[in-house]
Amino acid sequence: MHASTNGKIPKVSIIISKGSLEGIYPGLIMANGARMEGIEANIFFTFFGLEAIMKKRWNKIKVATVGNPAMHIPSLIGILPGMSAIATKMMMKEMDKLDIPPIPEFIEMVHDAGANLYACKATVDMFHLTKDDFCEQVEDIINVGKFYELAAGGEIIFT
Amino acid sequence: MATKTLAGKTVEVDEEGFLVNPDDWTEEMAPLLAEQVGIYELTDRHWEVIRFMRKEYKERGQIPTVRRIKNVGGIPTKELYELFPEGPAKKAAYIAGLGKPQGCV
Repeated sequence: MHASTNGKIPKVSIIISKGSLEGIYPGLIMANGARMEGIEANIFFTFFGLEAIMKKRWNKIKVATVGNPAMHIPSLIGILPGMSAIATKMMMKEMDKLDIPPIPEFIEMVHDAGANLYACKATVDMFHLTKDDFCEQVEDIINVGKFYELAAGGEIIFT
Repeated sequence: MATKTLAGKTVEVDEEGFLVNPDDWTEEMAPLLAEQVGIYELTDRHWEVIRFMRKEYKERGQIPTVRRIKNVGGIPTKELYELFPEGPAKKAAYIAGLGKPQGCV
């Protein structure tokens, strides 16, 4: 056992590295769930995961219908225009029934719940982004070293 | 099943102390349940949350989520976390005499 006191996890630092719907939601649900249990939470968005906190993109996140065998859609059909949008719409409808919000509302919710949101500096530089590209809930753009500093004393989860 | 006595009434509770039967709950029990989760004063805003949760449970048979408490109950998430620190949904449900919330959000 490590990084825990009395069997309770004190802090989680979650890395969201993928930009698809199924790549973003698990990390958000885990971060939000941590806050609901009184666990400190950091979220570090890197690579395509940054789409979740970009004002121009966070409303357009879609589920991948190609290269995803668990979707049970043949790849040849998955490539058809609109397939991804339809699959996303269906999934969002089911999630709404469980009160799982759309990404922008979820980002706001997890932030209001006290989670800290960070953008990865290497990706920001690579994609020529600035702080203005991100939603207001993003605390800062930080490098890997700073991430480890913030994560110290807790668990790190990569998604 | 364990029991405990609150405000002169003996009620069934689960292993974590949540009331088993929401109908056993009375308003007099709320401050006592609140103390057990470290909340020593119930303000009007606390009561708004508690009453909303009771109402939702009665009408829909479900304990409302944090999102629903915000969107339908009108209590901002930030404030909810301030009112019920370190576990808003769980603590509010506990004080409101409802079971432990089972959802993931």
